[in-house]
Amino acid sequence: MTFFDLLQLLDSAFRLATPLLLACLAGLFSERAGIFDIGLEGKMLASAFLSAAVAAITGSVWIGLLAGIGASVLMSLIHGLASITFRGNQIISGVAINFLAAGLTVVISQSWFGQGGRTPQLSGAGRFEPIPWPGALPSRELADAGPAMQLYSELLSGHTIWVYLAVPIVFASWWVLFRTRLGLRLRAVGENPAAVDTAGISVVGLRYTAVIICGVLCGIAGAYLATALQAGFVKDMTAGRGFIALAALIFAKWRPWAALNACLLFGFLQAFALRPDLIEKLLTVKVQVQLLDALPYILTVVILAGLVGKADPPKAGGQPYVKEN
Amino acid sequence: MTAPAIELKGISKAFGPVQANKDISIRVMPGTIHGIIGENGAGKSTLMSILYGFYKADAGEVFIAGQKTEIPDSQAAIAAGIGMVFQHFKLVENFTVLENVVLGAEDGPRLGPSLRKARKQLTELAAEYELSIDPDAVIQDIGVGMQQRVEILKALYRQADILILDEPTGVLTPAEADQLFRILQRLKDEGKTIILITHKLREIMEATDTVSVMRRGEMTATVKTADTSPEELAELMVGRKVLLQVDKTPAKPGAPILEVDRLNVTDAAGVHRVKDVSLTVRAGEVLGIAGVAGNGQSELLEVLGGYQSATGTIRMNGQPLDLTGRASDGQSRRARGIAHVPEDRQREGLIMDFHAWENVAFGYHHDGAYQANRWLMNNAAIKADTEAKMGRFDVRPPNPALNAKNFSGGNQQKIVLAREIERNPDLLLVGQPTRGVDIGAIEFIHQQIIALRDQGKAILLVSVELDEIMSLSDRIAVMFDGSIMGERLPQDTDERELGLLMAGMNGKAA
Repeated sequence: MTFFDLLQLLDSAFRLATPLLLACLAGLFSERAGIFDIGLEGKMLASAFLSAAVAAITGSVWIGLLAGIGASVLMSLIHGLASITFRGNQIISGVAINFLAAGLTVVISQSWFGQGGRTPQLSGAGRFEPIPWPGALPSRELADAGPAMQLYSELLSGHTIWVYLAVPIVFASWWVLFRTRLGLRLRAVGENPAAVDTAGISVVGLRYTAVIICGVLCGIAGAYLATALQAGFVKDMTAGRGFIALAALIFAKWRPWAALNACLLFGFLQAFALRPDLIEKLLTVKVQVQLLDALPYILTVVILAGLVGKADPPKAGGQPYVKEN
Repeated sequence: MTAPAIELKGISKAFGPVQANKDISIRVMPGTIHGIIGENGAGKSTLMSILYGFYKADAGEVFIAGQKTEIPDSQAAIAAGIGMVFQHFKLVENFTVLENVVLGAEDGPRLGPSLRKARKQLTELAAEYELSIDPDAVIQDIGVGMQQRVEILKALYRQADILILDEPTGVLTPAEADQLFRILQRLKDEGKTIILITHKLREIMEATDTVSVMRRGEMTATVKTADTSPEELAELMVGRKVLLQVDKTPAKPGAPILEVDRLNVTDAAGVHRVKDVSLTVRAGEVLGIAGVAGNGQSELLEVLGGYQSATGTIRMNGQPLDLTGRASDGQSRRARGIAHVPEDRQREGLIMDFHAWENVAFGYHHDGAYQANRWLMNNAAIKADTEAKMGRFDVRPPNPALNAKNFSGGNQQKIVLAREIERNPDLLLVGQPTRGVDIGAIEFIHQQIIALRDQGKAILLVSVELDEIMSLSDRIAVMFDGSIMGERLPQDTDERELGLLMAGMNGKAA
C-alpha cells in the first residue's frame, strides 16, 4: 500500500466518519440528559429524505438542510413527548421512530417524485459541494506529485463544509457540556434529576432542550448523507449508521473527544470496506467484499455486547422522572 | 414581638382519598430549632414538601417572616430563604462538591466565574460555621456524613435562613449525628431557623427548643421541649400509651444453634465485604449485630439466607452448611431450619404487586398443605392459612387478597414475620425488623421476636437502630468494615462505646 493509497483511505474515512460523529454527538446530548435514544437512525433517515426532497424542489441545499433539521427535530419532539411528558419507555419510543421514518420516507418520496422511493439527483446548489483549497491538484494528477502535495490536495483539500466543521462541533459540544451552566445542568439531569428538581430547575425543560439539540445534530447528519456524501435520497440510506453512532457513543463512554476517535475508527473501517483492492494488496489474499462490508457492524456488535471494558452510562438514563421525596 | 420565621395557617393536602395534611397550623420562631415528630405516614414530609414547593397545598397560607408568601415551586422556596436537606440526598454522585453546590445557583451562562465565586464562598462558610470540606472531592468518594454537609452547604450558599432537615440522622453513626447536632446548634446561634423532622424521640429531646407532634395528617400538639418527656411525646404520636422499653426476662441460652467460623465474602465487584467473621448464636438468645449500614451485615445475612456465596464454615445444629454448591440456596436453608426476615422487605421479602396470600406461600410453596394434588396448588388452603396468620399477627386490614403494596410498612413486615416465624424455625435471621415501621407496630414486632426467643429459638438480629439493638439483644456484636469489632453485653455497655466501635475505633474502656 502506497502513501497515496493511505491518504485516499483516510480521506474517505473523514467523509464517512462525519455523519457518524454528528449523530454520535446528538446521542451524547440526549443520553447525558438521561434520555436514551435509539431513534438516531430514524431521525437521520427522516432528515436525509426531507433535505434531499426540499433541496431538489427549491434548488437550495441550505433550505434543504433546514427542512431536514426540521424533520429530525419533529421526530425528537415526538420522542420527547413520549418519554419525558408521558414518561413512556424510551426504547420503545425510539424503535417506533425508526419504523416511522423507514416507512414514511419511502411512501412520501414515492408520492412526491414517483421514482420508486428515491428523490431526484441533486447537483450544483442543491448539494454541499467540495471546497477545493487554493493550489490543490485534482486526484488524477496526484499520483506523481510529492507527498506534501498529495497530503494537501487529497486529504486536506476538497471536503464539504461539514467535514471541516466536525472538529469545531466536537469542541463546541465539549465546551457546552463541561464549561457552561447548561452543560452542568444537562449532565446533572442525566445523573440525578431529583437534584436538579430540588435546586429549582425544570427537569422537563432541560430534557426537552437536550432532545432538541439531539434533533438538530441528527438533522445535520441526515442532510449530510443525502446532500453531501450522496446526491439524493434512497430508501434506507442510513444503513444502520444511527446504531453505529450509538455503539461509538458507548465506546467513547459518553465523552465528546473520545466520540471523535471512536467515529474515526468506524469511518476508517467503512472506508476500508470500499477498497477491497487495497486489502488484497495488503493481505495478498482476496477477502470477500461482504465480509469487509460487515466490519463496522461486527465492531458495533462487539461494543454493544460490552466486550470493550465496562460502560458507565448516565445513571438516570432511560428512567422517566417522577417526583417523590 | 418578632414575627415567626415561618407560619403555616390551615394547610390541607389530599392525595386521592388519603388526607395527608388536615388543617395544619404551626408557628416557628426565628433562631430556634423546631422539631416535628410523628410516625411514618403522619404527614411530616408532605407538610415540608409543601413548604419547599414540591407539592401544592389544597388549602391554607404560608407566611415567611410575617409576609404572606406563595410557594409554587422550589425556586420560590429558595428565593424565600428556605433550604431543605432531604432524607435521601439530592446530590449528583459523579460531580464534585463544588459543582453540586453551584448547580442551580449559577451566576451566568458560563461556568468558570460561578465556580470561582463558589470556591471562595465555601471557604468563608466553612470558617463561619465550622463546615470544612474539600470542594474538589467527588461525592461518590466521600462518606454520608460529608455528603450531608454538602447538602447543608448547598442551602447556606443559597442564603437560606430557614433550614429544614428531613430524618437527617438515619444514615449517620451516633458520633456523626452528635456532630450534626453541634452544627445545627451553631447555625441556630448565628440566627438561622431550623426545622428538624424525625421519628426519633431521643433526637427531639436532645436538639430541639420546641416540638410539634403529628398524627394521621393532623398536628396534635406543639409544646416546649423542656416541658415534655419522651413518654408523653410517644403517646401523642401514637394516640395511646406505648411501652418504649421491651419487657423481657433474662435469656436462658442453650446449645449453640449457629456457629460461624472465619467467614469471608467478596462481592461481584471484587470488594471484600465480610472479613473473617466468627460468631455463635445459642438457643434461646438474641445476638444483635450493630453497625452503620454497609459494613458487611447485609452480606452476612445474605450468606446465611442462601443467596450469596462465601468461604469459611457455618454450622447449623452442629452440621456444616453448604456455602457455594448445590445446597446453598434459600430453599436448602429453610430445610435446615433457618427462617429469614430480610432487611429490605419490599425488595427481598415480598413481591409488592402480588397478593398477600401469594406472598405468604413464597418459599414454602412446596408445603404439602398448600398442594391440591401433584400438579396444582390449593389456593383456597393458602388463603385460609394467610387469613389465620393475619389474625394472629394483627395484620390490618386482614384481607389476603390485597396486594402487598397496599399494606402499610408495619403490616407488610407483620406478613413477612408471620410467614417466617410460624414455620417454627430453629434460627430466625431478622434484618432491620422495624425500618419504616410505626411505633405501635414496633412494639408488637419486638414482642414477637422476644416470644420466639423464649420458646428456645436462636435469633440473629441485624439493625442499624442502636436503641433496638440495645433493648432486644442478649449479646451485641458490632460490625465495621466487614469485621466484628467486638462483642458486648447490653448491661455492660452504652451507646457511646457502641458508637465508637461502629466507627471502627476499638477503644475498649478497661
